[in-house]
Amino acid sequence: MHKLFFATFVASVAFASSAHAELSVFACEPEWGALAGEIGGDKVSVYSATTGAQDPHQIQARPSLIAKARGADVAVCTGAELEIGWLPMIAQQSANPKLQPGQPGLFEASSFVQLLEVPTRLDRADGDVHAAGNPHIQTDPRNILIVAKPLSERFAELDPANAAIYAARYADFAKRWTAAMAKWTAEAASLKGTPIAVQHAGWVYMFNWLGLKQVVILEPKPSVPASSGYLAQVLETLGRQPAKMVIRAAYQDGRPSEFIAERAKIPAIVLPFTVGGTDEAKDLFSLYDDTIKRLKDAVKP
Amino acid sequence: MRTSHSVLCAFALGVAASAASPVQAAGDEDLAAIRQEMKALRGDYESKIRELERRLKKAEARADKSDAATAHAAPQPAMADAQAVVQPVAEAAPPPPPAAPRAPASANAFNPAISVILNGSYAASEDDPGLARVPGFVLGDEAGLPDRGFSLGESELAITANVDPYFLANLIVSLGNDDSIAVEEANIQSTSLPWGFTAKVGRFFSGIGYLNEKHAHAWDFVDAPLPYRVMLGNQYGDDGIEVRWLAPTDFFLEFGAEWYRGDSFPAGNADDNGSGTIAAFVHSGGDIDDSSSFLAGLSFLHTKALDRDTGGDVFTGSDGLGIASLVYKWAPNGNATVTNLVVNGEYFFGHEDGTFNGVPVDYARTGFYVQGVYQFMPRWRFGVRYSEVETDAPPLLLVGSALDDMGHTPRSWSGMLEYDTSEFGRFRVEYTLDDADLQTNNEIIAAYTVSIGPHGAHRF
Repeated sequence: MHKLFFATFVASVAFASSAHAELSVFACEPEWGALAGEIGGDKVSVYSATTGAQDPHQIQARPSLIAKARGADVAVCTGAELEIGWLPMIAQQSANPKLQPGQPGLFEASSFVQLLEVPTRLDRADGDVHAAGNPHIQTDPRNILIVAKPLSERFAELDPANAAIYAARYADFAKRWTAAMAKWTAEAASLKGTPIAVQHAGWVYMFNWLGLKQVVILEPKPSVPASSGYLAQVLETLGRQPAKMVIRAAYQDGRPSEFIAERAKIPAIVLPFTVGGTDEAKDLFSLYDDTIKRLKDAVKP
Repeated sequence: MRTSHSVLCAFALGVAASAASPVQAAGDEDLAAIRQEMKALRGDYESKIRELERRLKKAEARADKSDAATAHAAPQPAMADAQAVVQPVAEAAPPPPPAAPRAPASANAFNPAISVILNGSYAASEDDPGLARVPGFVLGDEAGLPDRGFSLGESELAITANVDPYFLANLIVSLGNDDSIAVEEANIQSTSLPWGFTAKVGRFFSGIGYLNEKHAHAWDFVDAPLPYRVMLGNQYGDDGIEVRWLAPTDFFLEFGAEWYRGDSFPAGNADDNGSGTIAAFVHSGGDIDDSSSFLAGLSFLHTKALDRDTGGDVFTGSDGLGIASLVYKWAPNGNATVTNLVVNGEYFFGHEDGTFNGVPVDYARTGFYVQGVYQFMPRWRFGVRYSEVETDAPPLLLVGSALDDMGHTPRSWSGMLEYDTSEFGRFRVEYTLDDADLQTNNEIIAAYTVSIGPHGAHRF
């Protein structure tokens, strides 16, 4: 009797999961969740493991994430060791063979992008360095477009029945995105060469895109919090090379930025960093709208 | 490719021609034709060589130019005092060209990921830790208090890698401060079983309770709470097999069953053909809101002992233990970077029956601990823990033995302050008001825990 019950239960569960026509996407960060939605439309169901208020380096392998990862067909993540402290544990505990390294179900966006700030030596004495390079690729919209194509191809590979839809949605997205990028570049033209102080080295791709100038970083080494002595040095640097603002991601502790902003008499600006980082950054498009608006507002005379 | 092909042809033709010459069979016409063909080939070959040389020169010139450009773009600033220099200004680099897809990085190419955990401590205690007892309970090998003075805690060497697409292997060797080497874990785990199953075979820590499965260096406090010390000899690990099933539910629901040899305390001497221990557990949890999440568990462990000797006391019989555990974690908006809180507690209820030093025994025991650890600013955490255990009164023949609690309820209070230099370096000071023995003991442990090697991912 018990055996029969168990068999029926397993069968019904198996049926329930196979009856799900849509591709189940486990997005490690909100930007990849949003991109998966753009490419997949109603053919995918997207769960974002983190929010814009959370530091993607420091996520706990929470039970809820393990439960969501169990049924996922594909995990869309940044890679480049950004999720190294939690994703391997989730992949292991979720017992989902699709998400194991090397499987098509593990999509690492950074593997399609030329990474910057690749360290020339690997030593933890240099702080929290990422061996593959700076993983925060989403701060440059050109990278979103680069990643969109292989993502649509990966969806097509995993769900061949809807391959044509993914290809068409990618083409449509690429068109809208290219137009939006032209608009952003035009809007941000006046920002070119603006000197900026950053709280964490998370913006190299955006600086590259908009031609901004990084004057100083508020961390002595990646993810090493600044001592008061170091902040004094930062102020000294800002005295010699004034910056227009100090920026940080929405999830970061505001105190170092506020400390510097007050003393250097420059605004401390919070940028969304990802979808949901600010109230205005509702989707991928408004993420960059809001980012540029906030940067421009900061340099308004 | 084409060039080398035509060289080969020319060579073959040459061999054919020289082989043919002594025979004199070939007519002059044939020879002339062959000569003409060879001449054409040579011309073709030479022009190709010239073309290659030209391209090589061009490439060299280009490389020189780009070398000069990089040298220009990144001048090495003369830094008299590297300490005093703030991070240099990053010049805007050219836009990123699309890269060829790379394979996702694995931990360490084909080599296994190797990491080392070093623990060291300084302990001071009012009473001699070598004589410390917990009245009413016998203590397993590892359940004693730390020695006074400086000591090297357990140093761990962990080696792990995928074996093939189907499972991974994991070896953790611990080096004790008495120069002993012990295999703490050596197991293989499935990575690709269907339907939410995972299996593990070898030596490993049981999935019962909450702290049991975590390695001691990952605990929030330096030492194990009382119920773990007296009922599990700090942690239950043994040789065996484990199967887990993660239910396809929207919330986390996991079932596990284990079957062990039965050699570790509270088991002993591999009763029943070396299959003396069974365990089962269920874990469930989820998010309460954006800021908080929980994990609850209910576990059972059944062990058998045959002439289990703990400090001269011999026990034969069986031990049943249940553990109810609850962990609650809070961080503002789920962002644990600045402040966060972890509260967990576990309730133990057990029962042993058999013979103790030849006297029939049958007694129940309970215990619990509750602890909270709060990170009040980045890098700094403090915690408080209370633990307590209790056992039935012993039979008359065992009054005055280790099983006699002397009318005392063993308990202890601990306070802990932690400073982390990074995710990999951890310094802690723990004070314990240890009321486990009849006489109250004050104990202080200062400890460091560092890990080197690949970045490990941690359990919830």
